[in-house]
Amino acid sequence: MSNKVWVYIDLFHSEPLITSWEVLGAGLSLADSLGGGVTAVVFGKDVAEVSRQAFGYGANQVFLADDPALDDYRPEPYTSLLARLAKEHQPEVFLFPTTTRGRELAAMCAVDLDTGVLPDVTELEVKDGLVQATRPIYGGKLLSKVVCHSKPQIITCRVRAFPRPAFDPQAGGEPVNVQPELTSESQKTRVVEYIGTSGGVSLSDAGVIVSGGRGLSNNPNLEPPAEITDEKEREIWKAQQGFKLLGELAEVLGGAVGASRAAVDAGYIPYQHQVGQTGKVVSPDLYVAVGISGAIQHLAGMRTSKIIVAINKDPDAPIFKLARFGVVGDAYEIVPALVEAFRKKLGK
Amino acid sequence: MKIVVCVKQVPDSAARVVVEHGEVTWGDAPLVINPWDEYAVEGALRLVDEQGGEVIALSMGNEQAKEALKHALAMGCKEAILVSDPQLQGVDSLGTARVLAAAVQKIGGVDLVVFGRQAIDGDAGVTAAMTARLLGFPALTLAAGVRGVSSDRIVVERAIEEGRQVVEGALPAVLSFTKDIGEPRYPSFMGIRKASRAEIPIWSLDELGLPAPQPHTSWPAVLNPPAREITTEMITGATPQEIAEKLVDKILAEKVL
Ligand SMILES: Cc1cc2nc3c(=O)[nH]c(=O)nc-3n(C[C@H](O)[C@H](O)[C@H](O)COP(=O)(O)OP(=O)(O)OC[C@H]3O[C@@H](n4cnc5c(N)ncnc54)[C@H](O)[C@@H]3O)c2cc1C
Ligand SMILES: Nc1ncnc2c1ncn2[C@@H]1O[C@H](COP(=O)(O)O)[C@@H](O)[C@H]1O
Repeated sequence: MSNKVWVYIDLFHSEPLITSWEVLGAGLSLADSLGGGVTAVVFGKDVAEVSRQAFGYGANQVFLADDPALDDYRPEPYTSLLARLAKEHQPEVFLFPTTTRGRELAAMCAVDLDTGVLPDVTELEVKDGLVQATRPIYGGKLLSKVVCHSKPQIITCRVRAFPRPAFDPQAGGEPVNVQPELTSESQKTRVVEYIGTSGGVSLSDAGVIVSGGRGLSNNPNLEPPAEITDEKEREIWKAQQGFKLLGELAEVLGGAVGASRAAVDAGYIPYQHQVGQTGKVVSPDLYVAVGISGAIQHLAGMRTSKIIVAINKDPDAPIFKLARFGVVGDAYEIVPALVEAFRKKLGK
Repeated sequence: MKIVVCVKQVPDSAARVVVEHGEVTWGDAPLVINPWDEYAVEGALRLVDEQGGEVIALSMGNEQAKEALKHALAMGCKEAILVSDPQLQGVDSLGTARVLAAAVQKIGGVDLVVFGRQAIDGDAGVTAAMTARLLGFPALTLAAGVRGVSSDRIVVERAIEEGRQVVEGALPAVLSFTKDIGEPRYPSFMGIRKASRAEIPIWSLDELGLPAPQPHTSWPAVLNPPAREITTEMITGATPQEIAEKLVDKILAEKVL
């Protein structure tokens, strides 16, 4: 017997993403209403440990495909395998984390299973036996209630939107082993290599984000090295000193560094750091916006942060409207003092 | 190479979008090409700049969506096709993907189908992967750049949460591009002139041999987000140190760290 509620556990290099457990927690709440427990689905290589963790976080069944051929995630073989399992066991709800892989797999499984997808939802409830989800649309300017009328109801859950359940080290169980039975379609794509895939707190799951904007280039007291003569290069150099300060603040707080599009476009910091409508959508517990005016496209990426702190020279900057705490002041004076104060108070 | 780029028309990203009497409205804000799709067009054009070939812009929408296609033409696409049909009212992502896949098949001989990352109205980000699956093409989504193309394969660098994944896929393939591909070019004067004169054919569901879509998903309600009760507290002090100490105490009192 399998459960009505399934959760796909997203991994990278055999390590589960924390958000996978958040989604497992969301599945457990749905199972409370729908009956039964939660089945976790784990694919990868050398991932028996992940199966143990899934039991610990509350799954009462794990489908485990542990095979060298599944080492690198590729959407085609993973979709075929997932769809095969779902056809066989007929879950009613299939949850995925809204990660690059989760969103893509959910979309492709929906094709194979001829059903719909509710992508990137932030709330779930059960109504008349169906899941009714809530998802932000138009960059969070509106909220849409959404329902999928076919089974399984495929849903991807936004990172950090659901609490991670408590881990029970005593919980255990035997996974159901699944043979991957890969077909020739798995040859369609091949992973060549990974670049820069290590470490650091990723923006999407950071609990604290310190973001900088164009304002960071504005420090008349900084003098770039004489060999940098190009005006544009001098501006970039200045802003980078500002981002170094933000990096220190992020480090004290165990967080990540974000940026506005203006800062990215000006070359102060790479695009991976961009928050906003055409960057990442984040929802940390604490978001510190430094030298960011608060354009609507930036707000689209961070408006659901729990506590927003704005530091800006201009008392009329729109970012203050969204902020819980505001400081009208110069980033280069306030940020170093903040780093000091946090170090002192947090005992670091 | 023969490349199809899928573009959607959406309300401008700066529009004030609200729900009035249960309907979504954006006042008199303009409809524009989905900003992510401008990157898709740019990525496709760069490929044909290097490899030779042509880019065909494809959109599903109402008559007005021709404007988004004209933008793509003005940027340098060779042709544009609109799929429009009253029966497409209320279509969901899978329905959209079926339409786009059928149009790609009707165009024929396509090497690459290129998408934007997501449409900024629905923020779904699923259409590229769905279309790939329907067509049986490999899905190379969120490509930050193209490393190389041969007669039957393409190698892209995908932007994933953890960094970059370099993937090789067989052609024909589906690609979606991220912003890393580079800033979209501005339409040239000649391009704008050409686009304004272009005849854009409209294909109906009948012409694609598709039945009226049966959506799997519905949206029973669209709401304005609850007004967040934010009382902004401005922190002041005689020195940056004093301000910082006060601010840190306030943040710690919120117990979010
Ligand atoms: C289609 C589209 C998509 C977009 N997507 C995004 C997106 O994803 N993310 C995004 O961020 N933007 C996006 N934008 C751009 C957005 O409209 C704004 O242009 C951008 O967010 C502005 O960045 P900024 O706040 O850093 O710069 P500015 O608006 O120039 O603000 C700089 C701020 O710094 C302050 N300042 C100056 N000096 C100092 C100092 N020494 N100390 C403290 N404060 C100082 C100023 O008072 C000002 O408020 C998009 C725009 C479009 C059209
Ligand atoms: N109606 C449409 N017409 C053409 N392309 C579309 C349409 N809807 C979505 N797309 C493409 O699919 C991508 C992802 O859209 P979505 O899955 O809706 O977020 C967009 O960036 C477009 O490239």
